[in-house]
Amino acid sequence: MAGKTLYDKLWEAHVVREEPDGSTLLYIDRHLVHEVTSPQAFEGLRLAGRKPWRGDSVLAVPDHNVPTADRDKGIADPVSRTQVETLETNVTSLGLKFFPMADVRQGIVHVIGPEQGATLPGMTVVCGDSHTSTHGALGALAFGIGTSEVEHVLATQCLWQKKTKAMQIRVEGELRPGVTAKDVVLAIIGRIGTAGGTGYAIEFAGSAIQSLSLEGRMSICNMSIEAGARAGMVAVDEKTIEYVRGKPQAPSGELFDKAAEYWRTLVSDPDAEFDAVVEMDAAEIAPQVSWGTSPEMVAPIDGRVPDPAAESDPVRAEGMKRALEYMDLQPNTPMTEIRPDKVFIGSCTNSRIEDLRAAAEVVKGRKKADNIKLALVVPGSGLVKQQAEQEGLDRIFLDAGFEWREPGCSMCLAMNADRLEPGERCASTSNRNFEGRQGQGGRTHLVSPALAAAAAVAGHFVEPSALKEA
Amino acid sequence: MQAFTVHKGIVAPLDRSNVDTDAIIPKQYLKSVKRTGFGPNAFDDWRYLDPGEPGMDSSQRRINPDFVLNQAPFDQASMLLARKNFGCGSSREHAVWALTDFGFRAVIAPSFADIFFSNSCKNGLLPVVLAEDEVQALFEQVEANPGAQVEVSLEEMTVAAPDGTVFRFTLDEDRRHRLLNGLDDIALTLQYADDIRAYEERQRSEWPWMAEHSQG
Ligand code: SF4
Repeated sequence: MAGKTLYDKLWEAHVVREEPDGSTLLYIDRHLVHEVTSPQAFEGLRLAGRKPWRGDSVLAVPDHNVPTADRDKGIADPVSRTQVETLETNVTSLGLKFFPMADVRQGIVHVIGPEQGATLPGMTVVCGDSHTSTHGALGALAFGIGTSEVEHVLATQCLWQKKTKAMQIRVEGELRPGVTAKDVVLAIIGRIGTAGGTGYAIEFAGSAIQSLSLEGRMSICNMSIEAGARAGMVAVDEKTIEYVRGKPQAPSGELFDKAAEYWRTLVSDPDAEFDAVVEMDAAEIAPQVSWGTSPEMVAPIDGRVPDPAAESDPVRAEGMKRALEYMDLQPNTPMTEIRPDKVFIGSCTNSRIEDLRAAAEVVKGRKKADNIKLALVVPGSGLVKQQAEQEGLDRIFLDAGFEWREPGCSMCLAMNADRLEPGERCASTSNRNFEGRQGQGGRTHLVSPALAAAAAVAGHFVEPSALKEA
Repeated sequence: MQAFTVHKGIVAPLDRSNVDTDAIIPKQYLKSVKRTGFGPNAFDDWRYLDPGEPGMDSSQRRINPDFVLNQAPFDQASMLLARKNFGCGSSREHAVWALTDFGFRAVIAPSFADIFFSNSCKNGLLPVVLAEDEVQALFEQVEANPGAQVEVSLEEMTVAAPDGTVFRFTLDEDRRHRLLNGLDDIALTLQYADDIRAYEERQRSEWPWMAEHSQG
């Protein structure tokens, strides 16, 4: 009999009940909650006279609507304010753990989960948010759910699920200098497409993935959903265990050692069989820039905008044409000639300390280009912000003419005041380049923090190594 | 949840693949704390020419005459036909609420994004997966004959095209049962409360750090 995949192990450890047709009641260890997808769930619970099954599994935080400037003035938009206040009322009335906007631990839900040790290896983690896959970087089974499921987890601590197929994406070899986790995941999506992982749980493996820090692994797992997969994960190794050690909600002392012993088993067995395997050569991955309105529409920085006329599949060609029209780009334009108006460094993909360091390294001693109207740096959490300030990164950004803001989702989806105006083009470290995602009519190019920073100082896309000496 | 057994109605052809949930309901409307009222803003960026904000009276806005849902008889459609990977992107269930609030009972496409698929089953919106050539055939028929009625039966798991062709689809038995009967998921799950408690007992002995330290 073949060995077990990491996914098999995580799944089997959480089965409460299995029906003959394979429908499985799966136990949920951690339930992360934010203000946008939870109000209707709490209302449903209340209307049915139900209580949370295990309140201590919840960690709630406002992140999507929060302002990133002038926090002391509160939230100006009354609709946003109501939503954030509704979250606060809902969770405090039930005694659930909550980091309000003024708490230094507040931040994007997918940044604070691992940061607090609220997400641990071996857990099942859910949140009413598709980027919950991020937490899989710790060797957890983490996936996004809808609001009805949020209510279901609150009420029962479980979800009905069917086991999906398992895909392994192996990236072997050494990444070229300047190529980051973000480039790897964009290249993967470019290769398998936005539906390539639909119906699968993806395990990212191979020496290039193992060489990444936990932050890098989080950037990769974060975008599993952009490849169509609800869950992405990376096997536990010593880096994972060291990452978790000492985190506020992690076990300590003997219990930690006992846990670590178990966590070390959270790897796919050598003879495990996957339903699909994708292999990639790390050395072939270049820094990526997206050119269209779907995350699979990417090109290497030294490449060009593709030509729909060269596409044989008519449905695809039509999609490309529509995307280029929306993005206002001509086929065959070199990527390095594209000039953004704004730059956004942040989001649950790339707002951790390592991301800010990478961006600051490029920015150091340089200035924002004149054509860049705004270069926004939004740390993923209050603690990331604090750490960055201790390292002096805020000064580097401010001296270069960037803005240094308070933590939140910000211009990743523009539910707060940070957004693109119609027609504006943005180099963004976020994860979605859909039409209007960063503001109606806005045009998004997905890139790594280093590339976003380089675009901000050069005024066009460019490899950081090609910038003039600072 | 509204049960789904058989439904007959007009199908609107939305000839796009990768229709994402940001397009189905743009973010500014996610600020609502209710489940209802999203219908007028379904496909807001495509449907209207002026930018929309919550609280606006949609009947006063400039509509985009080129968008299919603004064209008779598709403004009366109760089913949507689209290309592959429908509902990709954000997990927002508001996308499903916007479609049901508009009046849709079913979406027919060659494939759906996983979270959207699960969300729609929980709200009585039937996601129907047909083969690409079957979807193509439906596109051709409804475009040639816009008011024609299509009948979707979850009981039989069939789609009857205007020309009488019958296409078959499948849905897993569990979801089908819940949809056919409009069942409340939570009440069903709570029948297994003892199993859940037994699992928690096991977790406490095998993985004692899981719950004990969760209070931080
Ligand atoms: S940063 Fe963006 S993608 Fe991440 S949770 Fe917030 S809105 Fe969603």
